[in-house]
Amino acid sequence: MFRLLFSAVGLAVFAWVAFAQAPVYGLGRTAAPDEIRKADTTVFPDGTGLPVGHGDAVLGEAIFNSRCALCHNAKGEGRKGEYPALVGGIGSLGTKKPVKTVGSYWPYATTVFDHINRAMPFNSPHILPPNDVYSAVAYILHLNGIIGKGDELNEKTLPQVKMPNRDGFVPDSRPDIKVKR
Amino acid sequence: MSSPHPAKPGRRDLLVAGATALAACGKPTESAPSDGQTAGNAANMRPYGERSAFEKPVRAIRMLSASSGTGSSRTPLADLYGMVTPSSLTYERHHAGVPTIDPSKHQLLVHGLVDRPLVFTMDDIRRFPSVSRICFLECGGNNLGDQRGESTPNVQQSHGLVSGVQWTGVPLSIVLREAGLKPAAKWMIAEGVDNCRMARSIPIAKALDDALLVYGQNGEALRPEQGYPLRLVLPGWEGNANVKWLGRLNLVDQPAMSSKETAYYTELRSDGKAEIFSFAMEARSVITRPSGGRKIAPGPGFHQIDGLAWSGRGKIKLVEVSVDGGTTWAKAELQEPVLDKALTAFRFPWQWDGREAVIQSRCMDETGYLQPTREELVAARGLFSGYHYNAIKPWKVLASGEVTSVPIVV
Ligand code: HEC
Repeated sequence: MFRLLFSAVGLAVFAWVAFAQAPVYGLGRTAAPDEIRKADTTVFPDGTGLPVGHGDAVLGEAIFNSRCALCHNAKGEGRKGEYPALVGGIGSLGTKKPVKTVGSYWPYATTVFDHINRAMPFNSPHILPPNDVYSAVAYILHLNGIIGKGDELNEKTLPQVKMPNRDGFVPDSRPDIKVKR
Repeated sequence: MSSPHPAKPGRRDLLVAGATALAACGKPTESAPSDGQTAGNAANMRPYGERSAFEKPVRAIRMLSASSGTGSSRTPLADLYGMVTPSSLTYERHHAGVPTIDPSKHQLLVHGLVDRPLVFTMDDIRRFPSVSRICFLECGGNNLGDQRGESTPNVQQSHGLVSGVQWTGVPLSIVLREAGLKPAAKWMIAEGVDNCRMARSIPIAKALDDALLVYGQNGEALRPEQGYPLRLVLPGWEGNANVKWLGRLNLVDQPAMSSKETAYYTELRSDGKAEIFSFAMEARSVITRPSGGRKIAPGPGFHQIDGLAWSGRGKIKLVEVSVDGGTTWAKAELQEPVLDKALTAFRFPWQWDGREAVIQSRCMDETGYLQPTREELVAARGLFSGYHYNAIKPWKVLASGEVTSVPIVV
């Protein structure tokens, strides 16, 4: 019995080692640390991946007006049927008229940074320097009443912002439907 | 059976189309015979083929913002046969346009919690041992209008965000092994090189189970709108997680909580909480013929009912059809092969008495999961979960032979 257990553990360890062992096909080239650093822009909820930088809603208002308002409207209210609203809906999620926006629905401020950094402005993304992204995030959060106009966002403070819907997500509960047959 | 198109081409249209076809093959002097058919020895060979000029089914395109990069196109399910969707009619959903990518310059970076961060060219990827697999691809938002009570009028609008594809590529597990996956890796962030660098966090178990790095679609290279030259395919999981134009895989110990896995593709319940990382598409079925917006020959007579069933949790085990508004149900015949996480065609012989009838299908997959009614789904999730709405969809056949959707009372 003991031996059996031992060999089962041994097998599992062997399987893992076999999995983690040397390359089988010898394809691909080693990625240089520099190219990884350049490509790896993902920002995590704990702040991992945030570039050094800072901004606030005062600076953000100007950036927003020149780069974002064209689509999302002057106060981030969006354009119905054309561009999503970035403000409003806080407290509406459990009602008969839920409104999902950055302010009401998004659980992490880091996601707002990551999204703008990778995707906005929509027709010319990847042009904003980190400070401008911090400021754009700050302005949108300020429009939602989540931070003050003068509050600085940087790589340390941004992950600490508590979004209104931070605790609003639960794991997939499916299969969740009672079917009568 | 229902006519394949809303309006049959008239005799005049046939003549015009026939003449155009002739003109196209460089024989403008020949004229079409008066019965609208053409004969002759011209082979009409084309280096890259096209369907007959008489065939008109197309995708239905819907823009989802005032910028052209966001939108969807839906597969015309009522006009198709079998379990594989032609590449030209495969559904699309884009969040930031379709990039043009030269495959000789495309690279896949695999990094993070691996022993060896690696960069692969497309040539490298194609040198790995390959596999082909038929499975469905479905947008998480397929048929969401019906949940809110829109009662979508036809099957292209209701269920057209699903397609069946034979994919060819490399099992992702092989590529991860090549890089030396570390035990600490719990998630994999897959990122595209499109304008929004679409990113999704994928649990490592799926990456090692049946995930594929795909470069082939229905026997040829991926179409640009399907992620050319390389995409991720996660059999049975919501379309958005099957990242297109794949450029980077980052092995990590936590999910990124990207916008497409928090703000989008999460299901808001009536208590205000939302379910996250709900990847699998649960079993559903729908009748494709006769279906809304089409017309069948009025009066008593035989009609074959055709439809599709699929499950992101395995094979379809059973499909039942009701032709009396859900009072009685009878087993439909499944078209072989019935494959894991693939579209499964079903058929049911219907002797119609010519009177108004409500027809619908429901299915069970190999886990024993039963497709719910709309009432059952709404009772569990409310009206706003949107994604993963997989309820039974009835169609009403009127005595005139016209087929409509059944109004939904919210
Ligand atoms: C040309 C129009 C356009 C411009 C300019 C633009 N956006 Fe957007 N934005 C969009 C569209 C379209 C979407 C929805 C994209 C999708 O479907 O994924 C979007 C989505 C967003 C979202 C996610 C909102 C949601 O709930 O989906 C944020 C945040 C955002 N934009 C911020 C910005 C910021 C900040 C700027 C300026 C730096 C900006 N946008 C400039 C068109 C634009």
